[in-house]
Amino acid sequence: MARDRSPAELVGAAPEDPFEISFDGRTLTALPGQSVAAALWSAGILAWRTTRHGGRARGAFCGIGQCYDCLATINDRPNRRACLVPARPGDTITTQEGHGHAGLAV
Amino acid sequence: MVGAACAYYAARSGLHVTVIDRGPVAGGTTGAGEGNLLVSDKEPGPELDLALLSTRLWRTLSGALPPRIEYEAKGGLVVASGEAGMAALRDFAERQERAGVKTEEVTGDRLHDLEPHLAQGLAGGFHYPQDAQVQPALAAAHLLRAAGEQASGRARLRLRLGEKVTGVLKGANGEVRGVRTVSGDLHAPYVVNAAGTWGAEVARLADVHLPVLPRRGFVLVTEPLPRVVRRKVYAADYVADVASGSAALQTSAVVEGTPAGPVLIGASRERVGFDRTLSVEVLRRLAAQATRLFPMLADVRAIRTYAGFRPYLPDHLPAIGPDPRVPGLLHACGHEGAGIGLAPATGLIVAGILTGEELPLDIDPFRPDRFGGAR
Repeated sequence: MARDRSPAELVGAAPEDPFEISFDGRTLTALPGQSVAAALWSAGILAWRTTRHGGRARGAFCGIGQCYDCLATINDRPNRRACLVPARPGDTITTQEGHGHAGLAV
Repeated sequence: MVGAACAYYAARSGLHVTVIDRGPVAGGTTGAGEGNLLVSDKEPGPELDLALLSTRLWRTLSGALPPRIEYEAKGGLVVASGEAGMAALRDFAERQERAGVKTEEVTGDRLHDLEPHLAQGLAGGFHYPQDAQVQPALAAAHLLRAAGEQASGRARLRLRLGEKVTGVLKGANGEVRGVRTVSGDLHAPYVVNAAGTWGAEVARLADVHLPVLPRRGFVLVTEPLPRVVRRKVYAADYVADVASGSAALQTSAVVEGTPAGPVLIGASRERVGFDRTLSVEVLRRLAAQATRLFPMLADVRAIRTYAGFRPYLPDHLPAIGPDPRVPGLLHACGHEGAGIGLAPATGLIVAGILTGEELPLDIDPFRPDRFGGAR
């Protein structure tokens, strides 16, 4: 059925070997060329940030780098747009709480 | 903001007020500032007296206006890198104390109790507990709303936005009879020129000379952060920059946090007319100076910048009061970078003049005709 076909299948792509990344300590598999957001979605993960006020869940919205909703902490750096950052082997993604700079508070 | 304060105190005195703005509320200099309510950067003299009165009035207003104006009595901290700078600050603070400013010397080893992220090795500083901050655009809007709400009974407040004043109407004896705008004539016995940086243009419409000039400044805005800077923190050379009459670029770090999260980094001054062109050189200097004060900012991202034009008068004092050259014309402009802070005292004085009440201080140093020129 059409809905079982992935974009890779539709264009007859032959991706290189998958690699591992981690999200909040959980190991996931990503394909070369996938954005972090795409890799998270592929694993069924839709939210990786909480809002500054109210702590509401957020994930990818526009998917093209405009809305800044998909911010994540990637390799300890907060406020990275998951929809634009390509996934790399060994990346560590963690849910970003609010502004992601709690460590700086005085 | 100055216009909003004039409207607020005039309406409170029972006067009918019409506020005419060619743009939206806070669309000029007010919306492009940091919202500083400072006494720390002012030499003893008429401007400091105005600032001290305003500090008290802002405290009262903060109780009357909603918390959304983000009034914070956070205090200011002026730091010096070496002993020479510290000696200069000590002398300055001593003179301010005699004028009624509260100051507290902070030794180098105690600076981090006040501001944990400050750079190491600074000689010390002075803490000014009376310094405060508001969100200027929200403060102006809520002050206007409050002016309308209290204008019950006899008084009335009208707000006409997006309407440019194109002329000042005069009677047979040269006295003010109102203003002409793009939508028609509005008659009034008094006209207050609270056009900020564009005050010279409005003065010209009334055929008087008032040399208000734009003094450009940029503010650099960081990504949202937790509270990392508690007070308004700036380097000692800021005071000298504010007082300078030079047209050339001056920058001195002024760093402060906001309730919304971003840290605001100022302050640059240059007289380049109404040129809004982004200056990367200014931003680079602001960022470098701020990072020297707060090294942690080096790892923080700046997400945007904005520029504004301070209404500069050559002697750094505002023009407040009646213009003897045109009966019925009052000025309330030219507050340079201190307009948000000085607005309430200015508004109170203008309302006092309009209603013939006793004024809270001597306004002679602010007389609008002090620069001479036409008429």
